[in-house]
Amino acid sequence: MIRRWSLLLVLFAVALQARAGEVTVAVASNFTAPMKEIAAAFERESGHRVKLVFGSSGKFYAQIRNGAPFQVFFSADRAKPRTLDADGLAVPGSRFTYAVGSLALWSPQAGRVRDGAALLQSGDFGKLALANPRLAPYGTAALEVLRSLHLQAATRSHWVQGENIAQTFQFVASGNADLGFVALSQIQHGGRIERGSAWIVPASLYQPIRQDAVLLPAGADSAAARSLLRFVRGKHAAAIIESYGYRAGR
Amino acid sequence: MGFSADDWTAIALTVRLALTVTILLLLIGTPIAWWLARSHSRWKGVVGAAVALPLVLPPSVLGFYLLLAMGPHGPIGQLTQTLGLGTLPFTFWGLVVASLFYSLPFVVQPIQNAMEALGERPLEVAATLRAGPWDRFFTVVLPLARPSFVTAAILGFAHTVGEFGVILMIGGNIPGETRVVSVQIYDYVEALEYGRAHWLAGAMVLFAFAVLLGLHLFRQRQSRAGWNGGGLTP
Repeated sequence: MIRRWSLLLVLFAVALQARAGEVTVAVASNFTAPMKEIAAAFERESGHRVKLVFGSSGKFYAQIRNGAPFQVFFSADRAKPRTLDADGLAVPGSRFTYAVGSLALWSPQAGRVRDGAALLQSGDFGKLALANPRLAPYGTAALEVLRSLHLQAATRSHWVQGENIAQTFQFVASGNADLGFVALSQIQHGGRIERGSAWIVPASLYQPIRQDAVLLPAGADSAAARSLLRFVRGKHAAAIIESYGYRAGR
Repeated sequence: MGFSADDWTAIALTVRLALTVTILLLLIGTPIAWWLARSHSRWKGVVGAAVALPLVLPPSVLGFYLLLAMGPHGPIGQLTQTLGLGTLPFTFWGLVVASLFYSLPFVVQPIQNAMEALGERPLEVAATLRAGPWDRFFTVVLPLARPSFVTAAILGFAHTVGEFGVILMIGGNIPGETRVVSVQIYDYVEALEYGRAHWLAGAMVLFAFAVLLGLHLFRQRQSRAGWNGGGLTP
């Protein structure tokens, strides 16, 4: 009897699976943690399946141009989705800002960072890690902060650059760099700084780090892809996004 | 388009790094290869496996552990700090140390193969002529294994030039100090400057091809002359 029921259950699940779609999503690595949580919530709610691929936006951009089978792209910046859009490689009108990132000056040492501006001014630190400003939006923002504080030249000899924000974080977390400009989302979870000490850089010192998503042609006819994008703009996802130290888009 | 000033800086740095590493590796690798070729110690397998590790491990693993080991809390970092050298990541010498690990098998294995191929015979003969151990090594082993040193040097050099993952992990991308050609290419690709990327990447392909072709021709000449080139086909 139990066996018959479980067989029925399996058949039911299979039928549901068949109706539910699957969507393959390329996600900038700085958004890894919130995206996993969002995808799990979305799967529970919609019955669709989400396949997440994490990596650097630049790499995804190149892959998408060369026919990668991603249906949705969550970039770390606005430029790449915009260029895809302009070149007809994105579904028109689908582009939107899903998160606005914040920058923090961080040290894994408790009590080390209080007033970040004063600390940077004092020059009393070893290496200062930032993401490569040419490649990573968080690096560009870090450079803007140093410029706003008129410390770009004074701190330059202290710089070490990670290729992306994840690597920049690693430089600091391993103790090889004294301080680093990292994404607030990397050190904050559930609304509080999890480890060490940080200065949340005032938003007036840099341009907002807007991260855009687009629907790609491969996902144009996918109900699952469209419904995921709707979900990301909803209240539930916004709460998840904000708990990681981003502002939700719009 | 040609190379930019930054490209030339990266190329010069890469060549300096590869030369330094190759010379150091020949000095460090030769005794290791000699010991591996001759020893009957039960540690032989362990040492041989340790030397070969970088052939198997992804550079990101190696780079990650080197970052930790050379950092202020790691064993190498503690040592360099005690010696008053500071920590190694983000410096040229940090890249050198990392590359020594990374390129070690490419230098040790050809030399070891050649030394094993020599066999006991020439050494025994030399010994009967009253050559001491050092004499035997320098006047018998080294000349006979010479082609394998050329192979080892070329492979060590080329492999260090092509190194990317490890340097990405511990380099910090400092122009003139840690930003080597492979990292520069990565930067161009990520920044969507594909034209510039093509110039450097194309040059790398030509370089690698020329090295391997050169190595092949060198070996052909050696084998025609009856030399033993020393194994490890790239």
